Amino acid sequence: MKDNIQALNDIFQARIDNGESIEPKDWMPEKYRKTHIRQISQHAHSEIVGMLPEGNWISRAPSLRRKVALLAKVQDEAGHGLYLYSAAETLGISRDELFDQLHTGKAKYSSIFNYPTVSWADMGAVGWLVDGAAIINQVMLTRTSFGPYARAMVKICKEESFHQRQGFEIMLTLTNGTEVQKQMAQDSLNRWWWPSLMMFGPPDAESTHTEQSMKWKIKRKTNDELRQQFIDITAPQAEFLGLTIPDPDLKWNEETKHYDFGAIDWDEFWQVVKGFGPCNKERIDARVKAWDEGAWVRDAAVAYGEKKIQKSKVA
Amino acid sequence: MSKDWPLFEVFIRSKNGLEHRHMGSLHASDPEMAMENARDVYTRRQEGVSIWVVASTDITASNPKEYGELFEPAADKIYRHPTFYDLPDELKHI
Ligand SMILES: [Fe+2]
Ligand SMILES: [Fe+2]
Repeated sequence: MKDNIQALNDIFQARIDNGESIEPKDWMPEKYRKTHIRQISQHAHSEIVGMLPEGNWISRAPSLRRKVALLAKVQDEAGHGLYLYSAAETLGISRDELFDQLHTGKAKYSSIFNYPTVSWADMGAVGWLVDGAAIINQVMLTRTSFGPYARAMVKICKEESFHQRQGFEIMLTLTNGTEVQKQMAQDSLNRWWWPSLMMFGPPDAESTHTEQSMKWKIKRKTNDELRQQFIDITAPQAEFLGLTIPDPDLKWNEETKHYDFGAIDWDEFWQVVKGFGPCNKERIDARVKAWDEGAWVRDAAVAYGEKKIQKSKVA
Repeated sequence: MSKDWPLFEVFIRSKNGLEHRHMGSLHASDPEMAMENARDVYTRRQEGVSIWVVASTDITASNPKEYGELFEPAADKIYRHPTFYDLPDELKHI
């Protein structure tokens, strides 16, 4: 039996090495399935919880142009969550179970959404930095080995670019504005910079999942590689805006052709992951409230649907 | 405890002249809602001109375990391909 599983494992790994996609009904190691349920659902939860900090500003957007853009972005994030939940469900877990894991704290979502959005400039910084960081991760994931996950990523990536551009445009408008507006943009960058770098996860040396994830081609780049890529892309953009990245050690390294940067406060990261970020409780409370208070609507819709089927059978 | 909404598969024709393609799936309480949700989830940027929604339970799928018996017999039937037939190079339009 053990030899049997080992043989299946070898065939599976050979398929991965060969660049083949794995589809839901294919044989896969139990750990591959579990890892995917964890990672895809975590990603889905991030999209859904990520709607909250931005939803916070829809009613106070400074113009109709900004408002329709923000609405459309938040609606896209709902769509991203749905694509990803569907992908996770192909592995044999139900939507209800997934929600339950989120609501009970068993499943995580990206820690970045546990930070508050306190000014309008945060809509700029979030689009620019948070969506920017997400794009780097998601572009890599379009080539991930699990078919439904990769396909969801392709759809998502097509939609992300406007998110980042609308964010950058907000920053650009503020930095071209009054002194107070400029300060608002700078303050926002100060607050979002480090949490954005943490979005790529712990450093490679401490990352427990990286090695296996690379072997299974779930990830194709390590956390540190992706983080460096993000910094290299973003630092010149901050300069373009005339803003200062809150890292005195950040500077271009002519030898490595990359930016050097200062130490990340990983204690803060783990604090937020463990539930002690500024908004962890607020976010989960909001999700649970929406779910509980929507129960009667879901039930009514099912009853209505069943009634329609009954009627059509009679007719 | 609420009942899970059934799963539907969504197929979209991106423009006339092309076939419907599987786009993904979603939950809805009935086919009508599945159609409305498919519109919202999969065609927010004019990605389609026609939508099919099918209850996932109504789809019969082949099993990857039967790959061999289903698909391997085609592998040695190279005579079904035009390149199997030896014709002189100077011959045109054939
Ligand atoms: Fe997204
Ligand atoms: Fe986004």
